[in-house]
Amino acid sequence: MSVVLVDAGGTNIGSVRYALQRLGVDAALTSDAATIRTADKVILPGVGAAGPGMARLRELGLIELLRSLTQPVLGVCLGMQLLCAHSEEGDTECLGLIPAPVRRFVEAPGVRVPHMGWNRVVARREHPLLAGLGEDDQAYFVHSYAVPTGDWTLASSDYGQPFSAVIARDNFHGMQFHPERSAAVGAKLLKNFLDS
Amino acid sequence: MLSRRIIPCLDVRDGQVVKGVRFRDHVVMGEIVELALRYRDEGADELVFYDITASPEGRSVDRTWVEKVARVIDIPFCVAGGIRSVDEARAVLHAGADKISVNSPALERPELIDALAAAFGVQCVVVGIDSLRDADGEWRVRQYTGDPSKTQALPRRTLDWMIEAQQRGAGEIVLNCMGSDGVRRGYDLEQLSVARAICHVPLIASGGAGEPEHFRDAFVEADVDGALAASVFHSGSIAIPALKRYLHEQGVSMRVS
Repeated sequence: MSVVLVDAGGTNIGSVRYALQRLGVDAALTSDAATIRTADKVILPGVGAAGPGMARLRELGLIELLRSLTQPVLGVCLGMQLLCAHSEEGDTECLGLIPAPVRRFVEAPGVRVPHMGWNRVVARREHPLLAGLGEDDQAYFVHSYAVPTGDWTLASSDYGQPFSAVIARDNFHGMQFHPERSAAVGAKLLKNFLDS
Repeated sequence: MLSRRIIPCLDVRDGQVVKGVRFRDHVVMGEIVELALRYRDEGADELVFYDITASPEGRSVDRTWVEKVARVIDIPFCVAGGIRSVDEARAVLHAGADKISVNSPALERPELIDALAAAFGVQCVVVGIDSLRDADGEWRVRQYTGDPSKTQALPRRTLDWMIEAQQRGAGEIVLNCMGSDGVRRGYDLEQLSVARAICHVPLIASGGAGEPEHFRDAFVEADVDGALAASVFHSGSIAIPALKRYLHEQGVSMRVS
């Protein structure tokens, strides 16, 4: 099985790659269109802001390629947000593969932004990506923008209000938390994606 | 609901984890990767590595061990120590660190915080503040605390610096209360509570943990997001699984397995 990590400049690429290695998968780090097109699985990691993230994909000429993929694709953190329709962060048009908006968390007493730390991930429906997810399982989040819950939500978390922790539409999937930094829970969910 | 975080801090010196009392007289506690794995297994929520001699020696953190840790560790970790530029921060983040923490270099050049936040997003940028109460009752910032012979007392008030750091793009603040550090009599709840009121990003308490109750007090009374400690974990006097169960029973939101 060939798994590629799209090198769009995110700083967590190394961590995601190591997490895949711990699962026995050596993922190539690439921005080459042909390599991405022919891979069995495509992972779009990303840490940073939506505007620069989309700008980087545009520079690399990957926008239309990513939109045309038919194999399983997983966006992680910012990578997940880039799969969505539009982000409030820098008023950025994203890839539009999952028809969801990305909105900034609203600060409130006890709701500090960024949302940083471990939070419960609660399955909203049955999906192979969530196989084995326990009721009290937590994952590690670091983000200031989030996708509201909607038709696209497989699992949600709560921070002042519910938001999407795992989303999917057709072959496109997203995890808002960092599976590569979410201990055994993260490894389980990453493995589910590799097995999908 | 977001869990509160238990964060062992590993002070790194010459490739090994050390611990001193009140930032002095360091003794070797163990190998970096070995200790990191132990804490991961025990349920630590995050790790912080401070290359404590990097800033006073005017060098950046040694990246070879950052990569080693990143390969084996599957919980988040933050690296601090003499990161003076966006390029140095990028190298540490690319080596696999999730966050970088700046302290003395940000005091030298506060614009560093803006530059780091612009380059990597605020979620990667932690500002560490070493704070001590002066004779006039004001908390003020200390610089170069990794080396007692080079430590400087600054005229800058801790709370002013905390506000400025947030305005410039700090995504998290670690407040190390030096007056209580290493003596295990509890976190400085007075200072942390005052800081909490003006800190709108995650706030991490540091300095003074000796008993499980001290962690509870920091979470319940000072409402901090995370509590950092070193010697009580290194020495084994507090075991993380038991600590987290205790805090969970006390009604503190925790990740317990």
